[in-house]
Amino acid sequence: MQPGANTTVAKKRKTNIIGLMANSSSTLEIRNLCKTYRDGTEALRGIDLDVEEGEFFGFLGPNGAGKSTMIGIITSLVNKSAGTVQCFGIDLDRDPAGVKRQIGLVPQEFNFNQFEHPLQIVMQQAGYYGIPRAQARQQTEKYLREMGLWEKRFTNSRMLSGGMKRRLMIARALVHEPKLLILDEPTAGVDIELRRATWALLGEINGQGTTVILTTHYLEEAEELCRRIAIIDHGQIVENTDKKSLLAKLHVETFVFDLQNSAPDDLRLDGYHHRLTDATTLEVDISRESSLNDVFSLLSSQNVQVGSMRNKANRLEELFVNLVEANEHLRNGS
Amino acid sequence: MKAASEKSVNQNSRLLANLIGLQTIVIKEVTRLLRIWPQTIVPPVVTTTLYYIIFGKVIGARVGEMGGVSYMEFIVPGLVMMSVINNSYSNVVSSFFSSKFQRNVEELLISPLHNSVILLGFMTGGIVRAMMIGGIVLLVSMFFVETLSIYSISVTFTVALLTASLFSIGGFINALLARKFDDVAIIPTFVLTPLIYLGGVFYSIALLPQPWQTISRFNPIVYMVSAFRYGILKDQLSPAMIDTDIGVAFGIIVVFIIALFSLALWMLHRGIGLRA
Repeated sequence: MQPGANTTVAKKRKTNIIGLMANSSSTLEIRNLCKTYRDGTEALRGIDLDVEEGEFFGFLGPNGAGKSTMIGIITSLVNKSAGTVQCFGIDLDRDPAGVKRQIGLVPQEFNFNQFEHPLQIVMQQAGYYGIPRAQARQQTEKYLREMGLWEKRFTNSRMLSGGMKRRLMIARALVHEPKLLILDEPTAGVDIELRRATWALLGEINGQGTTVILTTHYLEEAEELCRRIAIIDHGQIVENTDKKSLLAKLHVETFVFDLQNSAPDDLRLDGYHHRLTDATTLEVDISRESSLNDVFSLLSSQNVQVGSMRNKANRLEELFVNLVEANEHLRNGS
Repeated sequence: MKAASEKSVNQNSRLLANLIGLQTIVIKEVTRLLRIWPQTIVPPVVTTTLYYIIFGKVIGARVGEMGGVSYMEFIVPGLVMMSVINNSYSNVVSSFFSSKFQRNVEELLISPLHNSVILLGFMTGGIVRAMMIGGIVLLVSMFFVETLSIYSISVTFTVALLTASLFSIGGFINALLARKFDDVAIIPTFVLTPLIYLGGVFYSIALLPQPWQTISRFNPIVYMVSAFRYGILKDQLSPAMIDTDIGVAFGIIVVFIIALFSLALWMLHRGIGLRA
């Protein structure tokens, strides 16, 4: 870290200091990362972030929050305005090639040559990382097979389905066997089946020891996959902690009760916000201090029988909205 | 000592990795130009053949001799150079801009390849195409001249190679700066074509009145065409029809190559036209 950077960082961080303890097993160490585009847009305002080796790290934020800019800087696709990035202890400014060697990137948009076939695309990428052709061919076969694309190796890539194109990008990112895999919105716009399959695949890759960083605005995705989550909004990290701690911050959850019989018009659940979305569907807001048994008792006392019950919203989504709104208030206030 | 040795091994492995990367880009570029041969190879050959027929045979028959050789023989070196310049430039500008447009240039930008390797890889694609087309155009000329004799193969080949290198770099810089397809066509249409046509392809600048003769000496293409014509026709052509000294011509081409190569590398380093 540069001299004086600690002071700057300390000034920048008033509310968020979680996850700043860098250590030797740090995969990624970002300090005071800023990016201002030529048109004056401040995309990143002093980001501090640590990702540990072997982690599955989720990077969440609404559109335009700065996720892709940060990924762009780490992968050398975007020039930073200030700050430092270290990957496996290698400084991006001092040895960009050394950093690039460690990283595999799956971008959000399809960015391969649409006129080439998967074998060419993946083999070329291996070549760009200095893998000799014979070995590149073996690696390419390995990863195209793993992605279920070996049979399509000579198919023009523009003829592949959306799911196959996405898997092709994952194979391309893995062919040089990076220690850090970064995926920018890997399941944006894909169907549920493919999304689940991608999740399983990413879990497997992480299980083999590869550190995975995922940006997404699908909160369900982050909740399903990530052990640690950072939330970015307007170029600042508003939360950065492990998933359990993050979820524990939820005070109120909404539960949906599917009723076996129609609820009476004068249904009373004193102490609980509730609403009937139709005659047999009841939504109740329940705080963490309350017990679900109380709600069941109250319903039972009014002869309302519950057939089933589920959590209404993605819990993380609820928290995400709260954090982003809180940040909005803070910014407006300041 | 151990650290120094490790550093050396590391540097060697990086050099090897860059060489493999260069090989990969070259294979990709050559595969591309051969895959789309109806766009890359056939049109320039057809166009130049038409030049041979119209300027060499139809009009050339009335022009008569030019410095001791037939007009047809006189324009062969110029037309070969015109093909070399156009093809080296257009190959690189279209290939690299397509990569930018489709965003697959990101494959290269995220890789650990040195910027010079990226530049050399695309340059090689342009050079291969230019030399291939130049060779074909030279062969086609045999159907239009009685005998095709080359004074110095080494001078002819070196001038063509250096010119192809220079305009490949020019195409690369154009592609870096281009934001839309229109930008790719502006320089070839409004700069390159006038410079080529006024660069002594169809005439010797010795035939021009002053001040046009002096003005033409500021056109770098004059030196390339003249040096190439020297390589082919030196022993047949009147010295007055060879527009420049061969040493000066080589010097000018090399200086331009060094200047543009450095500029292209600097632009890559800064990410001009590539990184926000």
